Amino acid sequence: MSSLAPVRGVLLAHGDLAFGMADAVRQITGIGEEALLPLSNRGLSPETLSQAVLKLVGDQPAILFTDMQSGSCSFVARRLTQQHPGLAVVSGVNLSLLLEFVMQRQLGLEQLIPRLLSRGRAAIGCTPAELEANGHRAVSG
Amino acid sequence: MGIALYRVDERLIHGQVVVGWGNQLHPQRIVVVDDGLAGSGWEQELYTMGLPAGLATEFVDVAGARERLSAWRNAPETVVVLTRDVATMRRLGEGGALAGEEVNIGGIHHAPGRQEVLPYVFLSRGESDELQALARDGAEVSARDLPGTRRVPLDHLMLPERFR
Repeated sequence: MSSLAPVRGVLLAHGDLAFGMADAVRQITGIGEEALLPLSNRGLSPETLSQAVLKLVGDQPAILFTDMQSGSCSFVARRLTQQHPGLAVVSGVNLSLLLEFVMQRQLGLEQLIPRLLSRGRAAIGCTPAELEANGHRAVSG
Repeated sequence: MGIALYRVDERLIHGQVVVGWGNQLHPQRIVVVDDGLAGSGWEQELYTMGLPAGLATEFVDVAGARERLSAWRNAPETVVVLTRDVATMRRLGEGGALAGEEVNIGGIHHAPGRQEVLPYVFLSRGESDELQALARDGAEVSARDLPGTRRVPLDHLMLPERFR
């Protein structure tokens, strides 16, 4: 894979989520499938989903964005990174992270990934802010 | 407690299992029965990344799983047993080891040689025969992708005659 080409993004998610998020990115930035390609796992086996991802990635470095870390999309994506060194996976994406990606994708993976993680994490918050301080009351599951 | 779900799902540990069934059954352990994965540490790591804290996982081959079925059934925790294909579940249940147990078909997707029987279940002739063999060995086979959806019994999962 060429290191000069801008990084491509493939967004894998359950249901129609990827298409909705990609549409939101396009609405906000005007940047569409030249940067971020949506893909649903609906009805696809892991093998078929892998083939669909590779077809979209082509011969470019790419980030595979996934919705949830323990889902089948993430499993397929992580497995592909074992076989294709130009790929990386970012899971648990949100809109801020994707916006940063399409605006900064000329950066290489090494610079881009930490930046995206930082932006995505920083974008999560709540109002009123004091509710966030109630973390000790949260229950798991 | 004990084994709350036996499920055939090509995706093994994924959203429907962890969230959909997980919120219904509250398992403390997921057992993946698969000869290939049992010996592949890196693949096991891929499957277990991001799982909720407190959910243990175990990857065992079919022979090991047959030896441990009784222990899982009597465990003080709730266990989910997964295989990625019908043949593995059939081997697990050989000789009546799953007699009286309900085996859930949760996700077998389109592939060459398979025909659709439900939107989330595609079967080859061989897989259809394996399911019937599993039932003959005493398992109650049905399909259901999520706890809230309709349970489809085995006799509704048979391939149309023209594919047999």
